[in-house]
Amino acid sequence: MTGLGIWAKRALIGLPFLWLSVFFLLPLVIVAGISLAESADAIPPFKPVLSLTSTGLHSDATLGNYRELAEGCLRACANSLLYAALATLICLVIGYPVAFAIARAPGTWRHLLLFLVMLPFWTSFLIRVYAWIAILQPSGLVNRLLLAMGLVEMPVPLLYNGFSVELGLVYSYLPFMILPLYGSLARLDDTLIEAAADLGAPPWRVFLGVILPLTLPGIAAGTLLVFIPAVGEFVIPDLLGGPDTLMIGKLLWQEFFDNVDWPAASAMAMALVAVVTLPLLVMQRLVAREARA
Amino acid sequence: MALLEIIDASKHFAATAAVDRVSLSVEEGEFFALLGPSGCGKTTLLRLIAGFETPDSGRILIDGVEMNAVPPYARPVNMMFQSYALFPHLDVAGNVAFGLKQEGMERRRREARVGEMLALVQMSDYGRRRPHELSGGQKQRVALARALAKMPKLLLLDEPLASLDRKLREETRLELTGIQERVGTTFLVVTHDQEEALGMAQRIAVMSRGRLVQTGPPSEIYERPNSRFVADFVGAVNLFEGELVAGFNTLSLKIAGTDQPVPLPESVDPPAGARLTLALRPEKLVLSRERPAGFALAATVDSIGYQGGQSTIHLETQAGLKLRASMPSAAAQHLARGIAVWARWAPEDAVVITE
Repeated sequence: MTGLGIWAKRALIGLPFLWLSVFFLLPLVIVAGISLAESADAIPPFKPVLSLTSTGLHSDATLGNYRELAEGCLRACANSLLYAALATLICLVIGYPVAFAIARAPGTWRHLLLFLVMLPFWTSFLIRVYAWIAILQPSGLVNRLLLAMGLVEMPVPLLYNGFSVELGLVYSYLPFMILPLYGSLARLDDTLIEAAADLGAPPWRVFLGVILPLTLPGIAAGTLLVFIPAVGEFVIPDLLGGPDTLMIGKLLWQEFFDNVDWPAASAMAMALVAVVTLPLLVMQRLVAREARA
Repeated sequence: MALLEIIDASKHFAATAAVDRVSLSVEEGEFFALLGPSGCGKTTLLRLIAGFETPDSGRILIDGVEMNAVPPYARPVNMMFQSYALFPHLDVAGNVAFGLKQEGMERRRREARVGEMLALVQMSDYGRRRPHELSGGQKQRVALARALAKMPKLLLLDEPLASLDRKLREETRLELTGIQERVGTTFLVVTHDQEEALGMAQRIAVMSRGRLVQTGPPSEIYERPNSRFVADFVGAVNLFEGELVAGFNTLSLKIAGTDQPVPLPESVDPPAGARLTLALRPEKLVLSRERPAGFALAATVDSIGYQGGQSTIHLETQAGLKLRASMPSAAAQHLARGIAVWARWAPEDAVVITE
């Protein structure tokens, strides 16, 4: 390779690095910095972490925000993880058979079904979540149906609780589970399934012994795509949740905009990053191992 | 009783018959080949036996038991897939053990069997490798070991040598027959390669357009083809089509491209005027510079195809009849393009095809 080639190559690799540094790493460092500051009634609403005075470089860094965080938003954190984990699980349980059916459907059907999976993206996410309010409220579609059929005597509380948040999460993120699952199921070689059957495996053992392990990368990708945004979700708990269903994204919003406590909000954001990074690393390791096989 | 009995089996895909009223029986311990061009239905027939397809009509019996309603996983057959279909998430030993695990074989016996099978295909040192770390030939061996591990009564092999290069194919063919003799399992091989079928099988069934056209030992298929299709598909052949004419005391064939009546082997006796085809293998054709006594066709050498030990000589008569002769390259040395020769053959070396 010529010298020019090496430089071209370096530029090629350097470009995304530069992009990530400017638009991802730098903001993250700034947020991390703010999370160590003390809240103040100023613009911006925090005291500088590092200041240059006549006595030299002076640090006002504090871990107070994190201490507060540990006390104040433990519940919201636990809620977020729980709701997100449950939503991921439900999406997987619903999404796998759906993706399987799409992958096995005859050609023209496959395109139609995939199109239907992606169809909701054509409308605003916000409007779709609002629509659930209309469906779930006491005088909504579901309750009127239940009342009309005589199954219940009073409207069932379906809205502003854990159920509605969970439903909203599953509804919104299901396509993100189905699409990667479909990807890995469509790539699955049919002769492997036949080979397993030929070697004496009944259908359920074919699934557990061959199909499931070979679609693990799809499961991992889908799980990440659902879990990570679901943990930090703000709109769904805000619109469909109640006082008991506080999630970290909602809390973050409140701290930032209602309480104007940027340092506390930043500490929360850092905590969220930490929470999400761990499963990401685990999954990545898992996928990398499968990919090598 | 035959190990495999196929009675009048048919399978249609949409309007086309992939397998059309096929009846076939394979004896225990036999090395049997299904030979035919691609799309002739041989793989569909194999899949019917394995249970991946169900016949529209007819019956398939293995060891006297009707298989039509038996799912693939409960049939006493195993298959070696053309693509090998090795499980990418399992190592070589895991692949070979897969079928044994389904049987619920206990661990120590299973490991012993896996070891035996890997030794059989000379892959003992590769147990921990993943399929993607193996060469084509090694994958083929693992696939064979995996299919044999359950000791099936009948092993189905779908184009077992097709994805190997030529030299390896030759070696593997010999190995495959060796292994078949050692384990005694009945082998049913599907192949489109006539050389492969002739070299491996004890019996061959030639398929064309979903039907069995001829079944018999390799020498019979080659020496006594019963149709133009078989003669043409199995090996190279000269086909002379013509009309039967009565001579002084023998019958001969009047063919286009020469005035000379072509002699027929003695055993034929259809009526004069009947149209029939004479099939002659290129190696039966004898060329000479001087006119021999008796029947001979005058022709000129059109081209010589050198193939190492053997050479193929393409000839053409003045009237445009094309001939193909095959001989040791040493004997073809004195020939060259444009040389006039006489071509003859012993009448009994030609085969009459009446269809």
